[in-house]
Amino acid sequence: MFSLLRSMWLVFLHMFHKRETYQYPEHKAPIPARWRGRIALTRDPDGGERCVGCYLCAAACPVDCISLQATEAEDGRRYPLFFRINFSRCIFCGFCEEACPTYAIQLLPDFEMAEYNRQNLVYEKEDLLINSQGKYPGYNYYRVAGMSIQGKDKGEAEHEEPPVDIKSLLP
Amino acid sequence: MSTGQYWLVIGGVLFVILNTAAGLIWLERRALALWQDRYGPNRAGPFGLFIVLADTIKLFFKEDWIPPFADKIVFVFAPAVVVASVLMSFTIIPFAPNVMVADLNIGLLFFLAMSSMGVYSIVLGGWASNNKYALLGAMRGASQMISYEVFMGLSLMGVVVLSGTFNLREIVEAQRGGWYILPQLIGFFIFLVAGIAETHRLPFDIPEAESELVAGFHSEYSGMKFGMFFIGEYMGITLISSMVVTLYFGGWLGPAFLPPVIWFVLKTFVFIMLFILLRASMPRPRYDQLMEYGWKILFPLSLLNLMVTAAIKLLL
Amino acid sequence: MNIAFYIAAAISIFSTVMVITRFNIMHALLYLIVSLLSVAVIFYLYGAPFMAALEVIIYAGAIMVLIIFFVMMLNLGPETTRNEKQWLKPGMWMLPALLCLILLIELAYLIAQNKAPATGITPVAPKEVGRSLFGPYILAVELSAMLLMAGIVGAYHLGRQKKKILHRFFESNAS
Repeated sequence: MFSLLRSMWLVFLHMFHKRETYQYPEHKAPIPARWRGRIALTRDPDGGERCVGCYLCAAACPVDCISLQATEAEDGRRYPLFFRINFSRCIFCGFCEEACPTYAIQLLPDFEMAEYNRQNLVYEKEDLLINSQGKYPGYNYYRVAGMSIQGKDKGEAEHEEPPVDIKSLLP
Repeated sequence: MSTGQYWLVIGGVLFVILNTAAGLIWLERRALALWQDRYGPNRAGPFGLFIVLADTIKLFFKEDWIPPFADKIVFVFAPAVVVASVLMSFTIIPFAPNVMVADLNIGLLFFLAMSSMGVYSIVLGGWASNNKYALLGAMRGASQMISYEVFMGLSLMGVVVLSGTFNLREIVEAQRGGWYILPQLIGFFIFLVAGIAETHRLPFDIPEAESELVAGFHSEYSGMKFGMFFIGEYMGITLISSMVVTLYFGGWLGPAFLPPVIWFVLKTFVFIMLFILLRASMPRPRYDQLMEYGWKILFPLSLLNLMVTAAIKLLL
Repeated sequence: MNIAFYIAAAISIFSTVMVITRFNIMHALLYLIVSLLSVAVIFYLYGAPFMAALEVIIYAGAIMVLIIFFVMMLNLGPETTRNEKQWLKPGMWMLPALLCLILLIELAYLIAQNKAPATGITPVAPKEVGRSLFGPYILAVELSAMLLMAGIVGAYHLGRQKKKILHRFFESNAS
């Protein structure tokens, strides 16, 4: 009986406590830097697309909301011909980000993407591409990978030794 | 009182009660938020007051669906019973010396009769829905309300013994010397608990028990039929609060610097807030705990209270 | 006053007829409640407000709820309604109805015989009911109290649970 009265009194005292609510549209809650929100495709420091169209993100996606088609540019760089994410399906699990070998696909701390029309939630490549390097500034896949493209032959990447001449007998 | 004045009183009481019930939706949500460190509805209108309007419009325009497996007549009939019975009870409440709809000399019994009619809304609503959760809720509601009605009546008899009348106006007049809360403290407590159970409010909302029974007896209700149950519950709170005020806290009596109606409304408001505070702070007891509490503690206590009151009245 | 009486009486007769003729038991019970309520109104009109309140509280409010409660638990569906329809053939109700009709005619005849006008209505206040219950009729009150006591003791005896001595594991082995 006393405990009931005590709990009532304690609840009553909460009247004078600070409110915990964020008044959302005017006052936004702080979001952690690794918040898994809107998915974006990032760019190199040079401004080129990071995505190489390896399909790993599409394979990792548990709800199959990513679809893309890889193609190759004249300079030898691979890039997606189209890249489509259906955000009405996406569950923001972040598996695509983990699967991506080139840090191209990244989840940003942005969740305000409501639409009146469901079709508008299907983001095309031009909607996904952002003019930023995202969470990994300075990283350029083609500069560290051994793949040869126009203007960078094999063995010219960072920390890469020149290719071994397999036809020679010298060590 | 002339006929014109009489109709004015009826219209006024109806208007105030229905608006209070609607306003309580807002008040409860704000007050609960207050005690849970939130803001509650604060967007529509000043202090979110227009949420009442928005809620009402929503309820009116929602699809009013009658399940094909339900008993249609009874299903439609059930929500009307709760509103009708509670509104009927308001006829006997004296809001001020001359502001009451019916000056019945069996006022208190009329209140008990109408509150026992209220059980039908739960039972019939739950039965007509033809849904197992609704049926469970209805069964719980019926047994809870029948058993709590018993000592609700008995706890009131202490007041009747002291004042010697069933007439609520005379009961209030009899409290000029001192409110009945002092001699009838136990009776007041039992009546309050029974009243909470009677309106099936938290912590005794076992017929609804949304965490176990979906929504209990009104699982299948939608639109304004649900709205009737909803409004009926809030009117029930107002009714029990005003009954407590009338019977134990001297009704409209109070220092003369405020008119009697204001005193009545103020006291009632305090008890409405108490109801909401109870909802904010109490966990729901288990069904068998509730019954045990009722029959094994409150029932003997109310009998004892009545006996002691009668003995003292006889001796003095 | 008269109009109110006739309305209430008509409702009570109509609802009682409906109680008898409904095939769905729940609807029949609902009509029975309406019938009880209209009888309460008649009580109130003819000077017995206390009686009217008790009629509503006890009959309509408690006993009918309990009956509905048990009917509800029996889970009667449309099938029982069909059964009821099958059973309720004219051959079944003809004879009782005939007997009742004879009684009704007899009653009507007796009422017609008594030409003396009804005396004025004297309202009976709750206080007077109490006085007479605990005055001249104290014996009846005591007798019903004894009956209720017996009922309570019987209910307690039936509802009492035997205390378990053995664990349920041993119970099955012992027998």
